[in-house]
Amino acid sequence: MYLYDALDKEFLADRSAEFRGQVARRLAGELSEDQFKPLRLMNGLYLQLHAYMLRVAIPYGSLNVVQARRLADIARRYDKGYGHFTTRQNIQFNWIKLADAPDILDQLAEVDLHAIQTSGNCIRNVTADPYAGATAEEVDDPRVWSEVIRQWSTLHPEFSFLPRKFKIAITAAPRDRTAARVHDIGLVARRDRDGTLGFEVIVGGGQGRTPYVGPTIKEHLPAGRLLSYLQAVLRVYNRYGRRDNIYKARIKILVAALGAEEFARQVEEEWGKIDAARADLPDTELARIRGAFATTPFETLPATSAIFEANKAADPAFARFVRNNVKPHKKSGYAIVEVSLKAIGHTPGDATADQLEVAADLAERYSLNDLRVTHAQNLVLPHVKLDDLPVVHAALQKAGLATANIDLASDIIACPGLDYCALANARAIPVAQHIAQKFADADHAEKVGELKIKISGCINACGHHHVAHIGVLGVDKKGEEFYQLSLGGSGAEDASIAQILGPALPADKVAEAVDTLVDKYLSVREGDERFLDTFRRVGMAPFKEAVYADAH
Amino acid sequence: MPTLIKLAGGAFAQVEDDFVHVTDEDDAPNVDAVILSLARFQAEGEALLAAGRKVGVRLESDQAVEDLSYDLPRLSVVAVAFPKFRDGRAFTSATLLRERFGYRGEVRAVGDVFREQAGFMVRCGFDAFEPSDGSTADEWGKAAKRFRHVYQRAADGRAPAFEERA
Repeated sequence: MYLYDALDKEFLADRSAEFRGQVARRLAGELSEDQFKPLRLMNGLYLQLHAYMLRVAIPYGSLNVVQARRLADIARRYDKGYGHFTTRQNIQFNWIKLADAPDILDQLAEVDLHAIQTSGNCIRNVTADPYAGATAEEVDDPRVWSEVIRQWSTLHPEFSFLPRKFKIAITAAPRDRTAARVHDIGLVARRDRDGTLGFEVIVGGGQGRTPYVGPTIKEHLPAGRLLSYLQAVLRVYNRYGRRDNIYKARIKILVAALGAEEFARQVEEEWGKIDAARADLPDTELARIRGAFATTPFETLPATSAIFEANKAADPAFARFVRNNVKPHKKSGYAIVEVSLKAIGHTPGDATADQLEVAADLAERYSLNDLRVTHAQNLVLPHVKLDDLPVVHAALQKAGLATANIDLASDIIACPGLDYCALANARAIPVAQHIAQKFADADHAEKVGELKIKISGCINACGHHHVAHIGVLGVDKKGEEFYQLSLGGSGAEDASIAQILGPALPADKVAEAVDTLVDKYLSVREGDERFLDTFRRVGMAPFKEAVYADAH
Repeated sequence: MPTLIKLAGGAFAQVEDDFVHVTDEDDAPNVDAVILSLARFQAEGEALLAAGRKVGVRLESDQAVEDLSYDLPRLSVVAVAFPKFRDGRAFTSATLLRERFGYRGEVRAVGDVFREQAGFMVRCGFDAFEPSDGSTADEWGKAAKRFRHVYQRAADGRAPAFEERA
């Protein structure tokens, strides 16, 4: 993996010193809250309902063991002993004191972590496939390009005050685990017939008030031209994106207003004027970055493991874990292990300091010092030997981290909602907990199969409800929390925006309604159709009828 | 009169401003150097230049630098406006003035101009600043030079990280 050199480290030290000065000026009253707000936001520090929240960047969702342990340490010393992983592969600490923030940033910088570009109208921390470097599906390692973009976008002088925030996701696999099609820019790496690497460039996807699946504006951008092309897209957006209305300021609105074709034409025109020799990364630097990811010390192993097979046969819980949380690896004898942060009854995406330390220990002993965060708010041990899977599973079980529910109904994405967030209309966490309870029976959950439920506490859609198989949106009805259900969305390679089921339901009816929807699905599904496939085949009517039958 | 800080030879210093900002409503003042709106420049610039005056243009954030391109060699100053510090179009305007149009005159930051953006402004090619936050030249310079390294090529010509590493 990429290790920061002296130069990267000095950069972080300078950033930390700058913020320490700004906090000192605020605490001394030299800066008003109004003046301080944009400065703290540039360092990922939000003011929430009850306290400051610090969002720490985890570039492309990749952590080493030292970093994971430091996050645990910060959770324990400065928060209430836990952290919350986000849909952008970052971690948030919800109970931070302003006076502690500079010390926390210093301690993060010591292990090459920071909060740069986790907030503000800039190019946000780039996200990538959490299986990067481990899955056989990929045509290249997306971390290489993520690191290229991380460096290029860091305190970019021209693009740090855009009309609105700007999110980039990268994948190099046909199965999209990054929601690339609902990002400001989604990059999907592909090889053309002669093997040349390029990116499909998707621009103007997004969620929030106006959800869009982004159109493809370039089918095959030569990989070496990535930075000049991004510069062209960002420049067109910076110049012509709307700034008069915060809700119409994302690039998706510009792309939709111009039409994808005209937007693409403007980008091409600007791209043609950019001096490629200055804008694109030199091959030597690309090779240096690529080299950092090419050194994973895999062993040569047989494709099968007797220990693994024996445990699978003897231990049903382990067999279930393997069915749901263990994915094929590109190297024989290895597996990718998903660590669910969705234990039934817990807050989706939360990990305690103890759990973070367990994950770090396991990564150190069994996963080549590598730990990942997924956009679905889970963790990944990307390189575990088949031989080691039983012992890893046992250790996860002991730490409450072995819930075998990846992509099942209880693997719910939820935003922090009204329990933390100043923007929320309604709570998200208790709704997630109630729904998960309905699928606590693991046999039932497996019978239902892949079902992506996502919950947002307001229209800003941080819980990705627009791209859920079953989406739940919290709305405020005269001071009461209500929830609008929607069906048929997907954030994956078959991206689509969910459609509204019907009138919003009171909080105590939501889990019941989800249960009803699932029962309807089970009664009409054909073969091994997923919920989403069945919905796409039969449409809304049978589901609507099932949920609202009583009201007729 | 606002403070004017200029960057020359890598140093930031407070200087006397030779230029007078003239709005569209003002009578033409009898001074040697004026900064006009784009519209007023298009109406009166020719005559002022013919009379030997130094002329600058104030470019609003929704105005295209391309509209100035033919006149740039005759302009002493382009004052690029930040109506709000959050409005980042000025960074693109300055970058294009320097990199695309090769403008060598003064590029001045005016409007909502505050210290925390000094580094970004310098990198995009600004070399004169009218701070609205009361910054001194010393404070401005410290903020602008905060980072020992930068990650991308920009109009200031600083060597980015990948060149330092090479």
